[in-house]
Amino acid sequence: MRLSYIARRNLASKPLQTALSVILLAFGVGMVSLMMLAERQMTAQFERNIKDIDLVLGAKGSPLQLILANVYHVDAPTGNISLAEAEKVMKNPYIESGIPLAYGDNYRSFRIVGTEYTYPAHYDAIVSEGRLWEGVFEVTLGHAVASKTDLQIGDQFFSSHGLTDETDVHKDKAFTVVGILAKSNSVIDQLILTGVESLWAVHAGHDDLEMSAEELYASREITAVLLKKRNPMAILTLPNLLRETNMQVALPAIEINRLNQQFGIGAATLRSIALLIMILSFASIFISVFENMQARRYELALMRTMGATPFTLIKLLLLEGGILSLFGTICGLIISRIGLYILASEVENKFQYNIGDLGLITPEVFLAIFAILVGLIAAALPAERTLRMDISKTLSNE
Amino acid sequence: MIEVNDLSFSYDGNSTIEFPDFKCNRGEKLLLLGDSGTGKTTLLHLLCGLLRPKSGTMNIAGVDINSLNDRQLDKFRGRELGIVFQQSHFVQSLTVAENLSLPALMSGTEMSAPELQERTLELLERLGVSHKSDAKPNDLSVGEQQRASIARALVHYPSVVFVDEPTSALDDKSTESVIQLLEDETEKAGATLIIVTHDSRLKTRYKDRVELSRLIHNPLNS
Repeated sequence: MRLSYIARRNLASKPLQTALSVILLAFGVGMVSLMMLAERQMTAQFERNIKDIDLVLGAKGSPLQLILANVYHVDAPTGNISLAEAEKVMKNPYIESGIPLAYGDNYRSFRIVGTEYTYPAHYDAIVSEGRLWEGVFEVTLGHAVASKTDLQIGDQFFSSHGLTDETDVHKDKAFTVVGILAKSNSVIDQLILTGVESLWAVHAGHDDLEMSAEELYASREITAVLLKKRNPMAILTLPNLLRETNMQVALPAIEINRLNQQFGIGAATLRSIALLIMILSFASIFISVFENMQARRYELALMRTMGATPFTLIKLLLLEGGILSLFGTICGLIISRIGLYILASEVENKFQYNIGDLGLITPEVFLAIFAILVGLIAAALPAERTLRMDISKTLSNE
Repeated sequence: MIEVNDLSFSYDGNSTIEFPDFKCNRGEKLLLLGDSGTGKTTLLHLLCGLLRPKSGTMNIAGVDINSLNDRQLDKFRGRELGIVFQQSHFVQSLTVAENLSLPALMSGTEMSAPELQERTLELLERLGVSHKSDAKPNDLSVGEQQRASIARALVHYPSVVFVDEPTSALDDKSTESVIQLLEDETEKAGATLIIVTHDSRLKTRYKDRVELSRLIHNPLNS
């Protein structure tokens, strides 16, 4: 029989008190850990997708919506812009390059985005099977699209109008899968890529046949352009240039910062609640050990008569606090995984983003060490009283 | 062997309780008899090293326990002494058998786990509580608890067994039975038996006895 066995038996003999301490700590650690995991993965997703995109050109409206719709593909676009007008902006001397995006259709909620080869190249996406699209109605699937829809190379499908709705199906024009991209851990994974011409062709009407080439070009629209600046002056001059048009440029970094600030208030509140629960759990461990010590004063004195030193008793009480905090921390990390799994399913269903990496991250290791240490300190405070215990008095006052 | 000389103790620094000298050889039995307030429990706690005397010497099992520091005293108490308290207290979360193993664990006795288990079961068997070895202490009757606490005091082969008021609430028949049990078991263990009691029924049984009287010296009143 070891001291740890006695500590375990002592805790088991007070199941309600033990359960309360463990549950409180588990929820405190679980909430903090869940926030760490979710924040880490969301930030990683945001940063990965924003890389090297300095400006987004699109229709006037909410700049944040423009960014969310065209960089992250989690919101509806602000509208369409003229291809001719957009090309003028792309040729601006302060702009190094631009990636046009045109979309408005989906297949099983996955967006079909008309673009150029520079788009997958921007995210270092490589073709794992088949090839990139070439002809009209040829598509290359993002990795997640391929795995979730089970579409194979050579398969054909019809697109639906809108970004999530599947009722208005374009049944006369079938897309053909010609390639599948390898996983890039970017927004590309969630998209079906094709040429811009394919999107125009899907929506082409009789009027298009009667137009001249110039008229047709002038009527062409796209949704947005992801711009990379050559000169910082672009940020200052472009908004003025676009003042009289239906277009705007938005800065992803600024909009995401603004979003983070807005989310930050909620996140800070949640974090405070989680910390409060953790503090309560430490208080609970303190009370649990203190109560145990008070209730078992005679038992502890009895152990002293059997040769236990004050340090043996402190070790025993610390073990009890340590077991409580270790168990609570482990339960908390499990709870955060369950929470993340549920959250990830929701995010995946709504936005097709994968934030379901359940691996342990470094801040969580620190959180676990912190929780166990504070749990030990909470136990050490009452345990220290055993050093000053008067055995004779305790045994006499039984 | 136990030898006590010029022993005195003070609770408040002013009044002093003085105890008579006495001596008891290894394997012998000694009765410390006294009425309430004569310092029986104080003397027991002094002999067990739970209190430090104001003056005097206490030689127990060849060791002057006054010369030991706190840590050495804890170890000495754990290895050499077995104590049966008036109220049978146990660690409630452990079984009876596990409670019996506690002295060995706490004192760091060099008994292997199988040896300890064998000794525990042997004592429980002899004292008639082996059928309750896996029970929680609360599930034992008062008599069973007393026998289990006697077993616990003997499990680690102590040199001296102190027993505090073993018969105070017992009728004559039960008193005889408990005292016989204590004498038999300490004799088997080769330990010295010291019984601290106010029960005058035991007076006739022991020729070696120390009768405590209220001898309090208060310098403020002298």
